Amino acid sequence: MRGGDLARLALRNLREARLRNALTTVGIAVGAASLVAMLSVGVGLQHFARRRLARAGLFNSIVVTRKMNLRGYGRAYRFGKTAAGAPTRPLDQAARLQLEHLPGVLAVYPQVRFLSLVRYAGKSYTTLIAGVPPAARSGGSFSGLIGKYYSSPDAAQAILQMKFARVLNPHPRQLLGKTLTLRYAERQPLPARPGSGGAAGFAIIPKTQPLRIVGLAPRAPVFGLSGFFRGRVFLPQQLAEHLQIAQYSSLRDLVNGQGKGRNYGNLNVVTRGPGRVLPVEQAIKKMGFRAFSLMDATRRLRLVFALFDLLLGIFGSLALTVASLGIVNTLAMALLERRREIGILKALGAADGVVQRLFLAEAAVMGVVGGLAGVLLGRLLAALLNWGTNDYLARRHLPHVSIAQVPWWLGLGALAFALAVSLLAGWYPARRAARLDPVEALRYE
Amino acid sequence: MPEENPNHAPALSVTGLCREYARGASRVRALDGVTLAVGRGEFLALVGASGSGKSTLLNLMAGLDRPTAGSIVAEGRDLAALSSDELAHYRNAVVGMVFQAFNLLPRMTLEENVELPLRLAGCEPARRAELVRAALARVGLESRAAHRPGELSGGEQQRGAIARALVLRPRILLADEPTGNLDSRTALEILDLMNELRRDSGATIVMVTHEQHLAERYAGRIARLRDGRLESLDVRA
Repeated sequence: MRGGDLARLALRNLREARLRNALTTVGIAVGAASLVAMLSVGVGLQHFARRRLARAGLFNSIVVTRKMNLRGYGRAYRFGKTAAGAPTRPLDQAARLQLEHLPGVLAVYPQVRFLSLVRYAGKSYTTLIAGVPPAARSGGSFSGLIGKYYSSPDAAQAILQMKFARVLNPHPRQLLGKTLTLRYAERQPLPARPGSGGAAGFAIIPKTQPLRIVGLAPRAPVFGLSGFFRGRVFLPQQLAEHLQIAQYSSLRDLVNGQGKGRNYGNLNVVTRGPGRVLPVEQAIKKMGFRAFSLMDATRRLRLVFALFDLLLGIFGSLALTVASLGIVNTLAMALLERRREIGILKALGAADGVVQRLFLAEAAVMGVVGGLAGVLLGRLLAALLNWGTNDYLARRHLPHVSIAQVPWWLGLGALAFALAVSLLAGWYPARRAARLDPVEALRYE
Repeated sequence: MPEENPNHAPALSVTGLCREYARGASRVRALDGVTLAVGRGEFLALVGASGSGKSTLLNLMAGLDRPTAGSIVAEGRDLAALSSDELAHYRNAVVGMVFQAFNLLPRMTLEENVELPLRLAGCEPARRAELVRAALARVGLESRAAHRPGELSGGEQQRGAIARALVLRPRILLADEPTGNLDSRTALEILDLMNELRRDSGATIVMVTHEQHLAERYAGRIARLRDGRLESLDVRA
């Protein structure tokens, strides 16, 4: 028998016991919907967590530092040497350029973060200043920013963390457009002097830099592995680097005889997506530096989510499993009612396989129709869940989240699962129908 | 209306056929060593009292059942040696069956019922429509094609069942009490039709009946069964 004829015959049979078959199909739909809704929460939460971490730059960031041996007392304290005693490569301007040219690297920037003095309206405040790399804006680190972002990468502008802004003015919005003054220690290189062994030193000069307040960050911005931590005043990265601020690492390099040229305590490498992190990390290690990324932690995170999805999937599948019993019941009833019909079909030349396929086709139709309805119902449930969650969050002035998501593969997977469960449930009655003795079946009244 | 004797190449040949059924701890022998040959184009009637084994013999000839012992060779095929699928194909392509209870599927129209063997044979839809029209025309039911069995009289239903049995032009037509549910006038009409179709197509007919006068009127030979054994085989003069 042709597939189309088999399907038409199956549909005709299903139309005969409409209420029973419809109820069975609704059972499958509810089961599939529960599976979709459960897993949509797992997918939504996973996506939410990943997006937040990815937006924070955690997945495509590598922190590069010099190799060093810090084994503590009782052993040789050897800065600038590996454990074997070989000198390590300095993290200088040449290394930065080399890192920038590695394939898959988007940006390389030093972390500029320092404690300094800020003057505003005649008062001084000691606070933490941080440089903001350009990628931070697209990464969403400043979501919810009040005011504007920097007009250019080296603009003399500042974004204030809201809590600090409130310290400056109880009405922070009034600060926008105003100017504050940054007092900082500039590092000015000095030529090498006789007796220094050729090492160049530097002078520390107090300097001021006026900064126009352009934005207010309501939440502490997060970006990259080292992040901004507790920065209160944020400057554009290029400006922060241009200020030549003397940091702790400057002094350390000077003492270790590496004061020639620009040296960095660490460099943040941003790759073109999380997929490029591992090869770039390996390349950096080959260059002779230490590299650290969150990929290992991500793997663990994926494992946790996989287990979470598994649990949700098991709970979701329970309803579908119960619904499959409905299919067994419906087809067993159909088998009883249609014994004579099966006998007639066999007398007319239907092979056992045709009868079996006919029953399986009926189970498949219920599975597909129920599965499709279930996916749609699951999507509706997910939408309701998102609506309810966001309504709750909005009442608490929290940002919108998509807690439940139904990607195409989840819909398709649930449909395939509903079909598979239906076929499995239909297998036993179908087998019994196929094995029916035609003579007995024809005698059945 | 006596007909010719079996020729030398029988359409159906039954040798030492036995069929036993288990009934609780005991076994019941429904057929006990029946040997019989049915020639091509012959009209054979199987008669006998209830429980004599005539329907059992017909079911074995139809490939609906398998013998406990003995052999059935139909159109050159030893049915006992056929697989389940091969038997299904035999039932579809070689034999046509007509039942006392008509056995039309009540949910389908007459047209769809007649189309069913063609669907099972995997026939093209266009060819199916053509064959169904021809079969219904042959039994005079073209105008009733769209009716469901419940909307037809007993005679019409049986004519529809004959159209279904003959739509694939089988070489053997097996009829189990085809007139059992019909009044005597309609019964004659049905048997006239079957006989006419047999003459036109050259098909072999084996009919089970308990109505002796109908057997004598239409069958070339009458096989009488008693307690599972072939009691007599009368040739109509």
